[in-house]
Amino acid sequence: MSVTREEVAKIASLARIKMGDEDLDRMVPELNNILNWVEQLGEVDTSGVEPMTAVIPNTLRLRDDVVDAIPETSGGRREDVLANAPVAEHGFFGVPKVIE
Amino acid sequence: MTDYTQLGVKDIRDGVAGGDFTAREVAESFNAAVAAAADLNAFIVTTPDHALAAADATDAKRAKGEDLGKMGGVPIGMKDLFATKGVQTTAASHILEGFKPEYESTVSQKLWDAGAGMLGKLNLDQFAMGSSNETSYFGNVSSPWKKDGTNAAMSPGGSSGGSSSAVSARIAPAATGTDTGGSIRQPAAFTGICGIKPTYGRCSRWGVVAFASSLDQAGPMARSVEDCAIMLEAMAGFDPKDATSLQMDVPNWEAALSADLKGKKIGIPKEYRMDGTDQAILDSWEQGKAMLRDAGAQIVDVSLPHTKYALPAYYIIAPAEASSNLARYDGVRYGLRDLPDGAGLQDMYAATRAAGFGDEVKRRVLIGTYVLSAGFYDAYYTQAQKIRTLVAQDFEKAFGECDVILAPTTPTASFPLGSLNEDPLTMYLNDVFAVPASLAGLPAMSVPAMLNSDGLPLGLQLVGKPFDEQGVLDAGLAIQQRAGFDAKPEMWW
Repeated sequence: MSVTREEVAKIASLARIKMGDEDLDRMVPELNNILNWVEQLGEVDTSGVEPMTAVIPNTLRLRDDVVDAIPETSGGRREDVLANAPVAEHGFFGVPKVIE
Repeated sequence: MTDYTQLGVKDIRDGVAGGDFTAREVAESFNAAVAAAADLNAFIVTTPDHALAAADATDAKRAKGEDLGKMGGVPIGMKDLFATKGVQTTAASHILEGFKPEYESTVSQKLWDAGAGMLGKLNLDQFAMGSSNETSYFGNVSSPWKKDGTNAAMSPGGSSGGSSSAVSARIAPAATGTDTGGSIRQPAAFTGICGIKPTYGRCSRWGVVAFASSLDQAGPMARSVEDCAIMLEAMAGFDPKDATSLQMDVPNWEAALSADLKGKKIGIPKEYRMDGTDQAILDSWEQGKAMLRDAGAQIVDVSLPHTKYALPAYYIIAPAEASSNLARYDGVRYGLRDLPDGAGLQDMYAATRAAGFGDEVKRRVLIGTYVLSAGFYDAYYTQAQKIRTLVAQDFEKAFGECDVILAPTTPTASFPLGSLNEDPLTMYLNDVFAVPASLAGLPAMSVPAMLNSDGLPLGLQLVGKPFDEQGVLDAGLAIQQRAGFDAKPEMWW
């Protein structure tokens, strides 16, 4: 299977990566090269094989049902969360106007 | 000033504890070596004050007779994929340039708690995507090694190329690495050092910039098997902040180290004998077998029939996970923002990500987006995950017949920077021997075996059963003792 220029442009738009004509010129053959290579996976008979979901058997655990059980990932850290924001205003992330 | 830079982790720890020298003297020695090695471009930022402060804390503890910790007095390099509080953390990307985390990754915190100090943040392939350390926004890293008779800058491997370069050049006694599809083992092999990727879940992923979460695993890189065992003990352990963290005690790997392999079976996977593998690599594999036999082990043939499909499956699974993980870089919460004049939110996302990601990262995000998209998901992603199951089952069967698997780490030795850039696929093939163990979540290590006829290091890989880091380390030690690898790169930097 191979991808067309239009399809790559569509994927780039889905991935929110701006791509100009030159970028697409370069990317289309590279992606096709990779996709043609992974195509060989189709040779393998995988009927009756379950797709892997966990590489090492592990149990899903529940954390203690208390507020702020793990301080680093709990609330009350607004300043920390905003500290690296390119634009932060009034205690929020600042973004360009979304609603006209 | 005495030079302590030839010492490894164990010698520094024991020397400081025994009062032969102070942690401060050691830190000063390495800080000076780091400052003099700018030509390697191994570090993105250096943190000499961090190393000195940790050293002083260790020396003060010793004066009071307190326990110095597993890594007491050892200054290390920290791969710039680990979040370090207040110290720029970039994953070698432009999109995270200037990002100073408000928190510390679990693994780095454990190392500081164990008495280690930080020499700086080590360069890597951007978002750990690469096998030659040529995708960093902050420039290529050079290996300290040169091919005999040439002066071309050689690749230190990737993605942990800053780590391998620094440890091999003796500007750090040890460094952290991360391994998604070979990123600890391949650079270790290229530079003549040791590196171990433990069982998936041994080391917490909390605070490690995510690439492919079902594969990412941290591990130590150092110049001896003992040093790796010591550092891995300090790095590993259960962490409630990582949902895939193993709730198991950390064994005393260092204390239990034994190169006596009597009663052990070493498996030789026939499918690893691939076209395009250097003769010298095959020779080193033969030597490895002889060394393990000499250590008392029995050599048995095993089969891993899906080996050839592991790499293409990896190049679906890892990009798929990356495309999801890297969705977080949006120009809103941290890092770069590119806001063209009059642009709306969607345009800002697209412009930011176009400016902030390098070519290899874009390639993988696009592949990942494609294989996860409606209509292609089953043909690519589900099929790859089924093959991942088959690869894991191959290992399970093989481990019914052997305890540890011996294989080459890489199909070739290091290559000159810039020589494999034409085609991304050629670069991917570097990890052909490393990726299967990653897909199966198994502990795997590279130890230096010998120099090839060009004077470049070659590594041997040991792969163990889940949770059997000890078996891997023991076999690694048996090779280390017999290979007697003591070659050092000649200083040119």
